[in-house]
Amino acid sequence: MNSITAVNDFVIKFANINGSGSASANELFAKSILRMGVPVSPRNIFPSNIQGLPTWYEVRVNERGWLGRRGGVDMLVAMNPQTWDADLKEIEPGGYLFYDNSKPLPASKFRTDINVIGMPLTELCNATYSDPRQRQLFKNIIYVGALSALLEIDPDAIATLIGEQYKGKEKLLAPNLNALKMGRDWVIENLPHPIGLRVQKADNVGDRIFVDGNAAAGLGCVYGGATVCAWYPITPSSSLAEAFQKYCAKFRVDPETGQHRYAIIQAEDELASIGMVIGAGWNGARAFTATSGPGVSLMSEFIGLAYFAEIPMTIINVQRGGPSTGMPTRTQQADVLACAYASHGDTKHVLLFPEDPHECFLHAAAALDLADRLQTPVFVMTDLDIGMNQRLTKPFEWDDSRHYDRGKIMTAEMLDAGTQFGRYLDVDGDGIPFRTYPGTHPDKGGYFTRGTTKNAYATYSEAGPDYIYNVTRLLRKFDTAKNLVPQPVLTKSAAPTRYGVIYYGSTSPAMAEAFEALAAAGVPVDGLRLQAFPFSDVVADFIAEHEQVFVVEQNRDGQVRSLLVNELGVDPAHVLPVLHYDGTPITARFITREISTLTRALDAQTIKDKVA
Amino acid sequence: MTYIAKPKLHHPALQTNAVGFTRRDYEGRISTLCAGCGHDSISASIIQACWELSIEPHRVAKLSGIGCSSKTPDYFLGNSHGFNTVHGRMPSVLTGANLANRDLLYLGVSGDGDSASIGLGQFAHAMRRAVNMVYILENNGVYGLTKGQFSATADKGSASKKGVANADSPLDTASLALLMGASFVGRSFSGDKAQLVPLIKAAINHRGAAFIDIVSPCVAFNNHPGSTKSYDYVRAHNEAVNRLDIIEGRDEITTDYAAGTSVHVQQHDGTWLRLHKVDTSYDATNKIAAMNYIQEHQARGEVVTGLLYVDPKAEELHANINTVVTPFNKLGEKELCPGSAALAKLNASMR
Repeated sequence: MNSITAVNDFVIKFANINGSGSASANELFAKSILRMGVPVSPRNIFPSNIQGLPTWYEVRVNERGWLGRRGGVDMLVAMNPQTWDADLKEIEPGGYLFYDNSKPLPASKFRTDINVIGMPLTELCNATYSDPRQRQLFKNIIYVGALSALLEIDPDAIATLIGEQYKGKEKLLAPNLNALKMGRDWVIENLPHPIGLRVQKADNVGDRIFVDGNAAAGLGCVYGGATVCAWYPITPSSSLAEAFQKYCAKFRVDPETGQHRYAIIQAEDELASIGMVIGAGWNGARAFTATSGPGVSLMSEFIGLAYFAEIPMTIINVQRGGPSTGMPTRTQQADVLACAYASHGDTKHVLLFPEDPHECFLHAAAALDLADRLQTPVFVMTDLDIGMNQRLTKPFEWDDSRHYDRGKIMTAEMLDAGTQFGRYLDVDGDGIPFRTYPGTHPDKGGYFTRGTTKNAYATYSEAGPDYIYNVTRLLRKFDTAKNLVPQPVLTKSAAPTRYGVIYYGSTSPAMAEAFEALAAAGVPVDGLRLQAFPFSDVVADFIAEHEQVFVVEQNRDGQVRSLLVNELGVDPAHVLPVLHYDGTPITARFITREISTLTRALDAQTIKDKVA
Repeated sequence: MTYIAKPKLHHPALQTNAVGFTRRDYEGRISTLCAGCGHDSISASIIQACWELSIEPHRVAKLSGIGCSSKTPDYFLGNSHGFNTVHGRMPSVLTGANLANRDLLYLGVSGDGDSASIGLGQFAHAMRRAVNMVYILENNGVYGLTKGQFSATADKGSASKKGVANADSPLDTASLALLMGASFVGRSFSGDKAQLVPLIKAAINHRGAAFIDIVSPCVAFNNHPGSTKSYDYVRAHNEAVNRLDIIEGRDEITTDYAAGTSVHVQQHDGTWLRLHKVDTSYDATNKIAAMNYIQEHQARGEVVTGLLYVDPKAEELHANINTVVTPFNKLGEKELCPGSAALAKLNASMR
């Protein structure tokens, strides 16, 4: 048997049981490798359940810094008998199985083409601890200690992390350190070590931070000046509102009075949460909600109102697998169309596509500005993969000279100076009218907001020309938006190519890796990462400049591809879909394989055409 | 008749209130509702109440849902910002608006279709959340704009204009408001301005969720014999428990009234409510007794009106979530953005 040998480049997967306390031990494992200067990208794979069902934690260790999911498992830490059989099948030949051998298992339960490493974890715990909960929790720390010896992880890095975690709780510190040492010592005394997979100190983490996208977006809303958050709990977005709460408690409490410069309402449902956001936006506060696909479906009527009555609001959609209840704990990019055209009638909405937690922070703050500037709903389209997994990402930055863009606000002074005010009047030619905040002036600037049709002065009107004036102005405004939103990012291939790839959001890390793999496979491609809808003119140019464009997405129907065809009038044959939608994050391996296959077919076709 | 502009001019001798406005300054556009509609009387009462309380019209935000009643905010307080939201969702939009600027007066206008059917959930939750607002429900038991279908407040056995009896149990919004935690609950009749105007004024002065269920006959579809929401029926079955005065002064009330006939309740803002008891056994500060009373009388087919319940010590949403005094829409970067130094510290904690 050829054992896999790799330094700083492998995938280790932990199979655990939900609610067993494994999450913090697994995070400890991942962070200790980061502290050694080696990039990791962990992913939680968990069920829609609180206790008892299987859960996995997959850590990709990669010195090069590829943060996308790789696929395949080099080492399995099998802590869940329920999923043993399926988990074992995932191990690459020559890989490693680490398991608890306190109870003997028949030979038929194992594979002969992998390295089996048994350790009597339960026995050790039972001998050391009498409390059942302690037995459970410390078992996790013991296996982290064992792995540190097997993989040559710096035990000091782990000890330091434990020290940071239990700072001020010294009672918990010593037992955790003891458990760590117990696991490590047992391996050193009883097993060959290290194994073929090893971690070696490197310097590839730099000043990057390790954070999940939901926390980043919640923080972005604090920095971006959101004062009202109305939300309804839904996986995978709930931790975003909770992060906003946490950061507000830290940063937004008046030190003298103890009063809050924020309001967070857990509403009775998504209809109420978006209603509150609209009310607050209408009245001049920055407001947002965090939700997922089913929430957006419920909010759709209100989204149409905000579009038509032109009310600023931010919706952060942490996408999960759809349709319907779908796969609540799996990831997809399948709400793009539902959000781009949410609500009945002719509607179009601004969408932002952050690629990682750094951009979740940036885009959340940008969305609040854009919503005010454009007086319309703005969606931040993140997903479970970014939102609920800690990711190595550029540190957050904020320019202290930055001012919030409150958009076109007509003040009492402007009204007194005789400035003409028509709530829906396009005075600047950019489609964006002025608005007044309620209560601005005793006898000027008051208006009635409604979802029905109106003229430029907000008076009810069903007259055709008034309607046309408004809806064409909305199109003009949407056109203005395309230059205000974050612009697409071009990745040019070193070698000339006739192929282009369009991608967005959480596909980004896998795509970055795939560029290199494709080039190595003789298929260099140019890449364009979309950051927003409406599409900048750059997008149409990119498509025109390439003979064939692939649109890589994590949904079944190629939703951004549909948007490109629909909005830019692109020939559908010119943009081929590359789609990954089983609920797991897309991998570079998948993208490379699909695009290689497609280009081989296209190249063969070109040759045929030439011969003919 | 919206095409007829309402003349702005008025008689120079019209009386002005403490902030210098005449009653006409509180009017809105000409109503497009049917002649004789109860809703127009309610609009007139709102105008009267705001004028009498010397509220600056532009410091009021008026919000509504969808339906005949929800159209009415266009017909009063023309200088106030108004928001005709979506069906049944006025409470959530009003809640958000209130969070953004706690300094305005929030007037929510809704109907029985809007609040008792599609919007029942939002109505209930606005009450339990103690949103500082006046919630006016213009209750006619019928869907007017869609031509006469029963609403959820129509009494069981009452007949539609076409003579069909309603088989469903009625939903009593006043009882529901009590149950859901409203700290001010009144019921009145659009045809009784003497009762309604002081009730609206008291609701405006109340801090917290103030709810008034106003039976408001629909002349087009629900004003016939067999209806329990007609002018004739309500006049015949109106059981007022009290009559209300608002006393502007904040000084202690010293005048004595005959024992058991009158009580004084001081509101949060210091103003006093004087309740002339019609039924001397009725205690408007006892919630459980109020609920019993309403149910008992309702069972007899009577419409109990007046100030049904008030908790003068009630708190409102902003107090409950401890927000700053400054309206959120006046806060800028300085107050809201923690800045780059704090961010650098946060970054350091994430490594």
